[in-house]
Amino acid sequence: MQRLGKNTIKFNHPPSVIGFASIASKKESEGPMAQYIDILSKDPMFGQQTWEKAESQMQRDVALKALEKAKLSPGNIDCLFAGDLLNQCIGSHYGLLELGIPFMGLYSACATMAESLISAAVFVESKAADHAMAVTSSHFCSAEKQYRFPLEYGGQRTPTSQWTVTGAGAAILGHGDVPPFVKAMTIGTIKDKGIKDVNNMGAAMAPAAALTIGQYFEDTVTNEDNFDLIVTGDLAHVGSQLLYELMEQDRYDLRGKHADCGMLIYDRETQDVCAGGSGCGCAATVLCSYILNSMKSGKLNEVLFVATGALMSPTSLQQKQNIPGIAHLIHLSTRKE
Amino acid sequence: MSDITNNDYDILVKKQSPTTKSYKTIPLAFITGGLICALGQAFINFYLSMGVNKDTAFTAASITLILLATLATGLNFYDNIAKFGGAGTLVPITGFANAITAPALEFKSEGYILGLGAKLFAIAGPVIVYGIASGILYGLAAYVLKL
Amino acid sequence: MFMQYFWAFVVGGAICAVGQVLIDYTKMTPARILVSFVVLGVVLGALGLYQPLVEFAGGGASVPLIGFGHLIAKGTLEAVKQKGLLGALSGGLASTAAGISASIFFALIVALIFKPKEKA
Repeated sequence: MQRLGKNTIKFNHPPSVIGFASIASKKESEGPMAQYIDILSKDPMFGQQTWEKAESQMQRDVALKALEKAKLSPGNIDCLFAGDLLNQCIGSHYGLLELGIPFMGLYSACATMAESLISAAVFVESKAADHAMAVTSSHFCSAEKQYRFPLEYGGQRTPTSQWTVTGAGAAILGHGDVPPFVKAMTIGTIKDKGIKDVNNMGAAMAPAAALTIGQYFEDTVTNEDNFDLIVTGDLAHVGSQLLYELMEQDRYDLRGKHADCGMLIYDRETQDVCAGGSGCGCAATVLCSYILNSMKSGKLNEVLFVATGALMSPTSLQQKQNIPGIAHLIHLSTRKE
Repeated sequence: MSDITNNDYDILVKKQSPTTKSYKTIPLAFITGGLICALGQAFINFYLSMGVNKDTAFTAASITLILLATLATGLNFYDNIAKFGGAGTLVPITGFANAITAPALEFKSEGYILGLGAKLFAIAGPVIVYGIASGILYGLAAYVLKL
Repeated sequence: MFMQYFWAFVVGGAICAVGQVLIDYTKMTPARILVSFVVLGVVLGALGLYQPLVEFAGGGASVPLIGFGHLIAKGTLEAVKQKGLLGALSGGLASTAAGISASIFFALIVALIFKPKEKA
C-alpha cells in the first residue's frame, strides 16, 4: 500500500474479487438489474416473521451464495466486514451470526458497501487476512419502519424522494490473479452543505460524492477519460444532476461516463420510485450483480465505484440538524498492474 | 478544489429538484376528500332516517367512517388510496383512524404492550394532546369570561 | 337532497385541498397538519364560526379533522356551562370520546387480526 496525494491509497498488490453475489426482492426483480442478480425472492419476508429478520436472512443467504460461487466455506474467511441501516446494525449481527467468521460491524449509511470493501481490501493487502468478505444490505420495509412511517400509513412521496432497495450484496477479496481487482481507494470526508430535507437525500450526498471523486482525480492525476464508468451509489436523479454541476466547477464532465446505482436498479418511468433507489443494499446489489459481472465479462475495465451515504438519524432529523453526506471511492480494474 | 457556499448550493438544489405536481395533487385531494365527506353525509342521512337526533347521527357517521378506514388500513389498501388522494385521505377523520391503525399493525412485532399498545399513538397522539390542551384553554377562558 | 351532498363534497373537498396546499408548499409533515387542523377547529369552534358551516355543509364540515376540533370546543363550552370549572377539563374529551375510543378499539382489533404488507 502507498499513499497518493492527500486521501488516496494505492494497492501495490491489488486484492482480487474472487467471489460475489447479490440478492433482492420483488420490486427489484421487475427492474432492469434483475437478470444479473443471483437470488430474487418474491417473498419480501424471505421466509421470516419480521422485516428485521427478513433483512438478516438476506445477509445470510447472500454471504453463503458468495462463498458458494467462490468455492469457499465460512472457515476460509479470516475477517468479515458488514453493515446495514438498522439501529445497532442488527441486520448484519443476527444475519451473519451463524457463519462463525471473525466479524466487524460497520456503519456508513448507504456508503457502507464501499466502506466494507475498503476495509476488506486493506486487510487482504496487508496480509492480515488471506480472504476477507464484505456484506451490506437494506430492506425497504425495515427502513421505512425505522426512518419514516409504518407501511400502511397513507402518505405521499415527494418527487425528490428515493425508494429504499430491498437487497444485499456480498464480495470476497483474496490474493490472486483473477480479475477484477481493487486497485486504489479514497476514503471520503463528511460533508455538510446545509440540506435538511430528508426527502432529498441525493442533494445531501452529491457534495460528498463530488468531493471524493475530485480528490481521487487530483491525487492520482487522472480525470473521467481514464475510466469506462464512474458509478455512484444512490444519488438518484436529483443527486446525479447536482453532481454534474458540482464537478463542472472543477472542469470535470461526468455526463456520459456516469451511472448511478439508484437509477440503474429501477425503471423510473414505470416503477413509481420518484427520484430512484436508495439504501445501502442499493449500491451493494448493483455492484455485486451488474458491475462486477460486466467486469468479469470484459465489458467494463476501469470502474470507479463511489458509494454515497446520508448520515442522519431519526433523532438528528427531529432535532432539525442538517444532513451531512459521505462518499467512499474504490477503483476497480480488470488489470492487475 | 472549488467549494460552493451553502447558499449557492441551496439555489442549485432548488433548480435541480422537481417540485410536486400541484395541478394534479390539489384536485385529487379535493375530489378524494370531497367524496369521503359526501359518504359521511350519506351516513348522517342514514342515521337521521333511523330516527336518532342530529348530534348522534353526526357521531355515528364519523364512527362508521373510522371503522371503514381502519378496515381499509388492515386490508392494505388505505395507503394505496392515499398515494393519489394525498391530503384528501389525511384531513378527514379517516386519516386519523389510519394514523392510529398503521403503527399499531406495524409495531405488533415488538409486542402487544410497548409495540402495538404504545406505538398506536405515535402519529395521532399529538392530535389528541394538542386538541385536548387547546380545548382546556378555551374552557378556562369561557369560565373566566362567563361566556 | 342533492344539494346537501353537493355542498358536503365541495366544502369537505376544499378543506382537504387546503391541506394539500400546505403539504406541497410548506413541507409541513402530515402529523403537523393534523395537529394544526384540530387546533384550528377548536379556535373556530370557540369563536362560533364553525357551527354555521356544519349546519350548511353537514358531513363536509364534520368529517374533516377541523370538525373534530370544533366538537372539542362545543363539548367544552357546554360542560363549562353545566359543571363550571371542572367542565373545562372534562368537556373536550367527553364530546369526542366516542370517536377516539372507536378509533383505538377498532385499531386494536384490526392490528390483532391483520399483518402489514410490503408496498408495491
